[in-house]
Amino acid sequence: MTDQAYNFAYLDEQTKRMIRRALLKALAIPGYQVPFASREMPMPYGWGTGGVQVTAACLTPEDRLKVIDQGADDTTNAVSIRRFFQRTAGVETTERTTDATVIQTRHRIPEQPLAEGQILVYQVPIPEPLRFLEPRETETRKMHELEEYGLMHVKLYEDIARHGEIATAYAYPVRVEGRYVMDPSPIPKFDNPKLAGNPAIQLFGAGREARIHAVPPYSDVVSLDFEDHPFAASKADHECDLCGSAGSYLDEVITDDRGTRMFVCSDTDFCASRQAQGHRGRLSPQGATP
Amino acid sequence: MNAILTGGFADPSTQSAHAFRALLEAMARPGRIFTVAGAQPPAPISVAAGVALLTLTDSTTPLHLAGDADCEALRGWIGFHTGAPLVPAEQAQFALGGWEALQPVTRFRTGEPSYPDRSATLIVELDRLEPEGARLTGPGIQTEARLSLPETAAFRANRALFPLGFDCILTCGARLAALPRSTTVEDA
Amino acid sequence: MYVAVKGGERAIDAAHAWLAEERRGDPSVPELTVAQIREQMALAVNRVMAEGSLYDPDLAALAIKQARGDLIEAVFLIRAYRTTLPRFGASRPVDTAAMAVDRRVSATFKDLPGGQVLGPTFDYTHRLLDFALAAEGTPQPAPMAPAPDEPVPHVTGLLDRDGLIEQQPADDTPAPDLTRQPLELPASRALRLQALARADEGFTLSLAYSTQRGYGRTHAFVGELRIGRVAVEVELPELGFAVEIGEVELTECDTVNQFKGSKSEPPQFTRGYGLVMGQSERKAISMSLVDRALRWQELGEDFTGAPAQDEEFVLSHCDNIQATGFLEHIKLPHYVDFQAELELVRRMRREAVQMQEAAE
Repeated sequence: MTDQAYNFAYLDEQTKRMIRRALLKALAIPGYQVPFASREMPMPYGWGTGGVQVTAACLTPEDRLKVIDQGADDTTNAVSIRRFFQRTAGVETTERTTDATVIQTRHRIPEQPLAEGQILVYQVPIPEPLRFLEPRETETRKMHELEEYGLMHVKLYEDIARHGEIATAYAYPVRVEGRYVMDPSPIPKFDNPKLAGNPAIQLFGAGREARIHAVPPYSDVVSLDFEDHPFAASKADHECDLCGSAGSYLDEVITDDRGTRMFVCSDTDFCASRQAQGHRGRLSPQGATP
Repeated sequence: MNAILTGGFADPSTQSAHAFRALLEAMARPGRIFTVAGAQPPAPISVAAGVALLTLTDSTTPLHLAGDADCEALRGWIGFHTGAPLVPAEQAQFALGGWEALQPVTRFRTGEPSYPDRSATLIVELDRLEPEGARLTGPGIQTEARLSLPETAAFRANRALFPLGFDCILTCGARLAALPRSTTVEDA
Repeated sequence: MYVAVKGGERAIDAAHAWLAEERRGDPSVPELTVAQIREQMALAVNRVMAEGSLYDPDLAALAIKQARGDLIEAVFLIRAYRTTLPRFGASRPVDTAAMAVDRRVSATFKDLPGGQVLGPTFDYTHRLLDFALAAEGTPQPAPMAPAPDEPVPHVTGLLDRDGLIEQQPADDTPAPDLTRQPLELPASRALRLQALARADEGFTLSLAYSTQRGYGRTHAFVGELRIGRVAVEVELPELGFAVEIGEVELTECDTVNQFKGSKSEPPQFTRGYGLVMGQSERKAISMSLVDRALRWQELGEDFTGAPAQDEEFVLSHCDNIQATGFLEHIKLPHYVDFQAELELVRRMRREAVQMQEAAE
């Protein structure tokens, strides 16, 4: 049931037009952060206000929306955002990646490859990849303008010198179409390869920082690295204990206070689909029939 | 007078949502053609150009009308349905007209080096819009796309300015395609 | 068998129901009315209106009730409501010189046209708990003086007549709107003042205090602090003149600051300005000190690296709704990022230990 007190998808039409214009410019300049007049949403900054505004500007009544946080549909903030759109847009929701037309995500790219016709909306806390090297927006804007990304390479190289490898495990910076260095939001670097050549439209919304950026379909997205230290997507060296998957990103779950652990897919839909297909892991119930 | 008051979206939030999805897909997949509906602007403006105006422009977006588009009927329609202020080409955030009428396109804003998004979007009315002709490559295009562009030199010059440049929405009847600055355009 | 944590929806519903119970407290104690909050918690209401950027005492009181007295949460409720309101137009600038003052003090002149009016202030109360307030009762009526009919001109205007303070010519440039345009730096003074007017009171206070202790010192005197009501007028194009649509209570502070002069300007006083909705003089004074500190560049002063001089630092961090949202978001799940870090730290430790053992 849609809440009649608010416009479709909550935002007024003028606000949606402003966000829509920013989205088109973001697609035209891949990886560049377009400033937009982010609104104060009825949920806290830092909790997905940018993603929510982008989703609201994209939704049509016929969409099927999926919302995930840490890969899971059932985490409380994902539940809360999904409810917000059920209430204000009346759209159908789904947990199935393949059935969704719009997916709003925090910190993961689904394991199931996306397709044309799908839109992946990322919630972004700090859109500026150079922010932790240079806190001033006035400076980082200039660095992007001049393509002055040396500082980033120096930082990554210092990591190698100190730790033997690049010590960035998530929000790993990428270069889009050979021009802008972009923050892919705090996804694990395991997910970085999925940014490139993706048939879906990828949109990034940062509400508090009032920036939108985008990666068009099939774009060239390269994780920053060095010839002698090439980028490597990494994950826990285990299989999922529920579905046996060896190739998906895993959450570590502590099951008692004596150090016993298990590993399960962070993408709950992926894991459930595999189990439904009969795949089993180390801790699946014995004798369970596929 | 009646022509001014009619022809807008009857159900703005739903119709503009559908129209925007087409525009979003178009800008994301340069050269791909989409069909839109919902606007009936006065002649000689196409349905697709009318849809783009209703979806993207309002009182905050300076608009330039070029050639045939700069007619009293359309000025009145825009004033009533969008409120977009009409301005000279150099100040425009959006521009509407035939390709010839928009010339020279170099007068449109291409953004600033630190804010390349502050650039014009041209809504180009074409007599023909078919997936054939000029070869398009770049972001949003898996291998290549073909599109019947009025010329290629101007788009190549625009691409050379990247990340600056204008972006185009190409309209013909109820169909539209987009050509962002990021697309590389070559002769067929 | 392990079952992944489920039940997010049920947990949220239960949490909301529990919150509603806690909000009400012991049901044997009479419930607060919104009118009681509006009338008896007026300074809290004022703060919520100021930082919420919405002048509506009833809504602010409702927000305080809903937020269980958490004023930042109440500001958040007001801000979220405010964004959805249609905009009919902008009022004419209010004329604070024509303010009906309840309080007006100057620290720079012992007496001046319009006089000093102490007004309803805590200033000279002895901060002794008044146990009589624990019981209910109506206070003795305060003595009344007839309202003065003389005008109350601004102190800065008096200094201006003698050319002793910087000129501040009227400017009709429309003020930018921070809630409708993304913040762009460097910001105009109008935009800075707008950001400070809705800035967190505590943050503004601490910054102002830091300037007094030497981090961007500005040698401020309170030229004048005034609290009172001003008329709000809107221009009606159909009528061709302005119509009064109501009154708002404002607190205004003008500081007079020492200035040695520069290449182009002779020695004179400079200004810091604060204007806040409602009665909120701590905020108004703080705002005027921070405003003045931020003007170093325009006045040809040195940037000493003080936080209060740093426009980007101040404007990026003064909003408590942005700050609290981002601060509190770190309690959301970060399993995925943490797992990535965990894996990295384990691998780097393993390698470090191996190297250490190889060396031994």
